[in-house]
Amino acid sequence: MKHTLSVLLQNKPGALSRVTGLFSGRGFNIESLCVAETLDPKVSCMTLVTKGNNAIIEQVTKQLHKLIDVIKVSDISDSEYVEREMVLIRVKAEAQTRAEVLRVIDIFRGKVVDVSPNSYAVEITGPESKIKAVIDLLRPIGIKEVIRTGTIAMARAPKK
Amino acid sequence: MNYIFRTNSHIFTEKYQKQGKDYPMSKITGAQAFIQCLQEEGVDTIFGFPGGVIIDLYDELANTSIKNLLVRHEQGAVHAADGYARASGKTGVALLTSGPGATNGVTGIATAYMDSIPLVVFTGQVPRALIGNDAFQEVDIVGITRPCTKHNYLVSDPEDLVPTIREAFYLASSGRPGPILVDLPKDVIGSLVDFPERQEIRMRTYQPNMEPHPGQIAKACQAFAQAQRPVFYVGGGVILSNASEELTELAEKTQIPVTMTLMGLGGFPGTNPLSTGMLGMHGSYASNMMVAKSDLLIAVGARFDDRITGRLDKFAPDAKVIHIDIDPTSISKNVEVDIPIVADCKQALTAMNAWFNSQQDIDMTALAEQYQPWRDQVNEWNDKHPLSYTEEGDIIKPQYVIETINRLTGGDAIISTEVGQNQMWAAQFYKFNKPRHWLSSGGLGTMGFGLPAAIGAKMAFPDATVIDIAGDGSIQMNIQELATAKQYNTPVKVAILNNNYLGMVRQWQELFYDKRYAGTVMEVTPDFVELAKAYGAAGLRAKTKSDVEPVIKEALAINDRVVIMDFAIKREECVFPMVPAGGATTEMLLV
Repeated sequence: MKHTLSVLLQNKPGALSRVTGLFSGRGFNIESLCVAETLDPKVSCMTLVTKGNNAIIEQVTKQLHKLIDVIKVSDISDSEYVEREMVLIRVKAEAQTRAEVLRVIDIFRGKVVDVSPNSYAVEITGPESKIKAVIDLLRPIGIKEVIRTGTIAMARAPKK
Repeated sequence: MNYIFRTNSHIFTEKYQKQGKDYPMSKITGAQAFIQCLQEEGVDTIFGFPGGVIIDLYDELANTSIKNLLVRHEQGAVHAADGYARASGKTGVALLTSGPGATNGVTGIATAYMDSIPLVVFTGQVPRALIGNDAFQEVDIVGITRPCTKHNYLVSDPEDLVPTIREAFYLASSGRPGPILVDLPKDVIGSLVDFPERQEIRMRTYQPNMEPHPGQIAKACQAFAQAQRPVFYVGGGVILSNASEELTELAEKTQIPVTMTLMGLGGFPGTNPLSTGMLGMHGSYASNMMVAKSDLLIAVGARFDDRITGRLDKFAPDAKVIHIDIDPTSISKNVEVDIPIVADCKQALTAMNAWFNSQQDIDMTALAEQYQPWRDQVNEWNDKHPLSYTEEGDIIKPQYVIETINRLTGGDAIISTEVGQNQMWAAQFYKFNKPRHWLSSGGLGTMGFGLPAAIGAKMAFPDATVIDIAGDGSIQMNIQELATAKQYNTPVKVAILNNNYLGMVRQWQELFYDKRYAGTVMEVTPDFVELAKAYGAAGLRAKTKSDVEPVIKEALAINDRVVIMDFAIKREECVFPMVPAGGATTEMLLV
């Protein structure tokens, strides 16, 4: 099963490679990984999407926590959360398909960020399922390039 | 000793005078700060090998009372520091130069990592401005050792030097111990730094859980009464946390049989009637049978390694599992645990003893009675298949050599081993009654460990009898350290069980590869007696069984130099019992 982990770690050289090294060294799987500084410049936040049964995820979580540079690990897919990913897609946009491309990205609330005589670069944000859907729709028109950020996620605030 | 006014400071004084400034008296060089840190930690012995980027450190070391052993290969330095740490319980320290010096140390670091041994390994690094430039003798040792250290550091700011070294020592010895590497660029060592006052180290990201949860302790202890067939399964954690006494108290109080892993030997007295010796691939018949048939398995500081469990679904299938371990990642990693206790073994066992002492309504005699049929069963297994071997006239059996060493040293010697058959025979036939007398590379299985580890142990305990049980294959992996032993007068003894084979692999080839001995025949082996002489050591040889005892006696009587004993053992002797890799532990090949 897919799990989204949020990892707070020291913003130090080598900290990221300790995490990725742990995954490769122990044969855990990384679907996507996104990392940047938090409000505190000494701390980074990493969103990590991984797959595995409960025993594996328990090991992943404990092993991450064992790293000296790691401050906190939470499996945010345990409860309600929001996830977002951004994708930049360069899609073929010739005279006969241009309108179709614009219609599709409009439905997905995307926008055009670069235009050339025969292509559009579009930006779309959303959960992974939405990104997948838009790629599936644009593929028949002709996708030239896809750049994805990987997922970032945040736990929802408690309702009360 | 005050280093502020000493050594290289005149260089800085001149430099500052040229710039028309006063020399900042509160500052010391990085090298001096390094020495002061070692002194602060109470380091009395270090093992190392110099090189271009760490001359400053050696220059300062020469003026201290810290014993500084020049090894003959950096792997030897780290193993010696490791042997020193295993025997003494203190943190071992190694000092290596950059590049090849650092990479040669990696095997030693990985060895210590697998067995959770507290080490601080210092490596020199090229000056900061050259890092990343493929400079002479530059290597990214922090990158290389990331997966085989508990943590590691590159000191990139001179002001971080002192706090980093302090943190390294704290991390190495606290929680689940392990090796820490500190990489020191040459110009950092040469910089002027402050020596801030020492404060208690508190790390936001590292707070090992030492104290057991009282609820879990009660739950674990209550499980004892329900059990009919309980077993203690004891690992290296008991040695590392110095919990032998507490374990012995609990086992004797409850009269529960005890088996130990390779790393746990000595954690419980090997001659105690409750001990069944080692379990696992080359464990005793009784140990493996009792674990398989147990209904309560109390794992103390052990990690359910594959050499212990064999086929997982056949490992203690009926047992409720209690697991005491300081490392949460060890819990339910390989075997599902019913009652986890994340804590220091010593504290957890103390709490369990206290729990039993506080329960007025539990009759300990009755509890011990309850397990009587189980103990009878264990004894029956022991009697049915004790550890044994067949005598063959005057041919030397390796087991006999170990038995004789055990008898003549009264089980009190510090024994280090190499890896392979020699290690397994030593584990089976030497009866360790005390912790920290057994130094063996369990997790990584590093050939070449035994001799340098013995030298390290002898540095910690100069009056102890220290014997490296070796094979003719593994002894050659770090045999150059005989010169170190000679130079620093650490008269260790080496017992070579010589069969002109890489015996353990040959055994697998005999049993599972139709005796195709590919790559395991040592067609050329040095004359170890002559070699001993070349290194200024005594060389003794036993060719027949009747030579064995006189040779060992003579070796034990020589205390002014290293002794090498070369035993020409039966060439195709196998280690039994044996659980074939991946098999169920109840399906042992016996003698």
